[in-house]
Amino acid sequence: MEKLINDFSFGLFIWQIVLFLLLLLLLRKFAWKPILKAVEDRETGIKTALDSAENAKREMENLQADNQKLLQDARLEREAMLKEARELKNKMIEDAKDEASSQANKIIEQAQAAIASEKQAAISDLKAQVANLSVEIAEKVVKDELSNKDKQLKLVESMLDDAKLN
Amino acid sequence: MHRKITVKTITLLMLLLTFTAFASEGEGKGDMKTEIKEYIEHHLQDSHDFNLMASTDEETGEVHHYGFPLPVILVDDGLQVFMSSKFHHGETIAESNGNYYKLYHGKIYKTDAEGTLTYDPEHPKHPSNVRPLDLSITKSVVMMLVTGLLLIWLFRSLAKSYAKNGSIPKGIGRFFEPIVLYIRDDIAIANIGEKKYKRYMPFLLTVFFFVWFLNMFGLTPLGVNVTGNIAVTAALAVIVFLLTNFTGTKDYWKHIFDPLGDGMPWFGKAIIYIILIPIEILGLFIKPFALMIRLYANMTAGHVVLMSLIGLIFIFKSWVGGPLSFGLSFAISLIEVFVALLQAYIFTMLSALYFGFASEEHDHDHEHVEAH
Repeated sequence: MEKLINDFSFGLFIWQIVLFLLLLLLLRKFAWKPILKAVEDRETGIKTALDSAENAKREMENLQADNQKLLQDARLEREAMLKEARELKNKMIEDAKDEASSQANKIIEQAQAAIASEKQAAISDLKAQVANLSVEIAEKVVKDELSNKDKQLKLVESMLDDAKLN
Repeated sequence: MHRKITVKTITLLMLLLTFTAFASEGEGKGDMKTEIKEYIEHHLQDSHDFNLMASTDEETGEVHHYGFPLPVILVDDGLQVFMSSKFHHGETIAESNGNYYKLYHGKIYKTDAEGTLTYDPEHPKHPSNVRPLDLSITKSVVMMLVTGLLLIWLFRSLAKSYAKNGSIPKGIGRFFEPIVLYIRDDIAIANIGEKKYKRYMPFLLTVFFFVWFLNMFGLTPLGVNVTGNIAVTAALAVIVFLLTNFTGTKDYWKHIFDPLGDGMPWFGKAIIYIILIPIEILGLFIKPFALMIRLYANMTAGHVVLMSLIGLIFIFKSWVGGPLSFGLSFAISLIEVFVALLQAYIFTMLSALYFGFASEEHDHDHEHVEAH
């Protein structure tokens, strides 16, 4: 211990303090501050880069989810449209069928009515002709019959007889 | 962990020392042993020359030193500045403006023109001559300057490489950047907290790299032992102490002078505080003191072990002892490389821990909960 104290060099102690403090100040100004700042800048740079990458990834995921949703919507819409179209088609066919049958029925009815009226007309015409014909025939017969008086009288008598009987 | 290694190295050293004592017994190699011991002691001390090598001329017995002298600055009648080559490694007396100085065991004493040293009978080893304040640029100061310039150059280039390469480090910075980040994340933020760590970052980074680099320089053949010098670790500890206490928050001081808080009536506290407050105040000084001793002791121990093992080669001078010592010193060198990093880490870590105590503020919530 005594040797240690005796060997203690006060000059070296002073030099060490002075040189160390000088070194500390110089290094702080010219080395440590720029080094630590550069390292810190780099670290924050890396951190922000990582964060933005993470954000981009998240955005991408969101976008993909949106796309998925859009696709889903589009598919549903297409399905709905197809369904609607199919229904419309069926309805149109149905309607057309109904229309057609009703139209056909109507035409048939009209035709039937026309046939009936034609028939009626024909019958009435026939009737008229038959009446005319029979009148003519009767006229001729009557002319023939009533060419002599005897025959006329006989007829009247027979007619009267018939009348009496009625 | 570091304690374990220190204990291991010390046991190893003891084992080896007994082994050496046993081996050298009867062979008359006591001179070599004291020479090695002196050499190690000399190496552990600071020096006024930057000596790389010394050799003795076998014929003339002259000692040749290889290296370069360093400036000596003494505060004595103003400043006395001269080169340490004037001392001729302690062999001659240096004269400066009519004052005479002698270098004796690494320390400079003021003497007369003949260089007589007077001794106190109580301390026969230490001369009682006046020792002027020695502000010389010693070997340690040179190494601190070199380390400081190296640090400035290294980290300035790292700082610049960010600007050039778009916040990506290049070259050697790739190696140092993770260490800087480790100190920030696992030492500063972990101990001080997210809010206040920035204030202490320059100190923690500087002290870590400064101690680490100097520890590593200590392992080079340059033979410098800066962090194993108690004046250096003391200076660092003083800076930690001042930083801790000058940045201390109200809560920190409250913890020291009123550690029990409002949970106890004042008369109850008074009895306990007679003991508790002195302990807390003592703790303020013990913490940096432990920092100082830990770094000093670990680095010195490492150097002593390593140099003892290398010294063994010269003591054994045999085909078995040489390679054995070499292998052991190689293994210890590897451990020392690890210890160099570990001690720098521990110094930084504990400093951060003390700063964390000083800047704590979370106790408000704690007391709040208790009050309700």
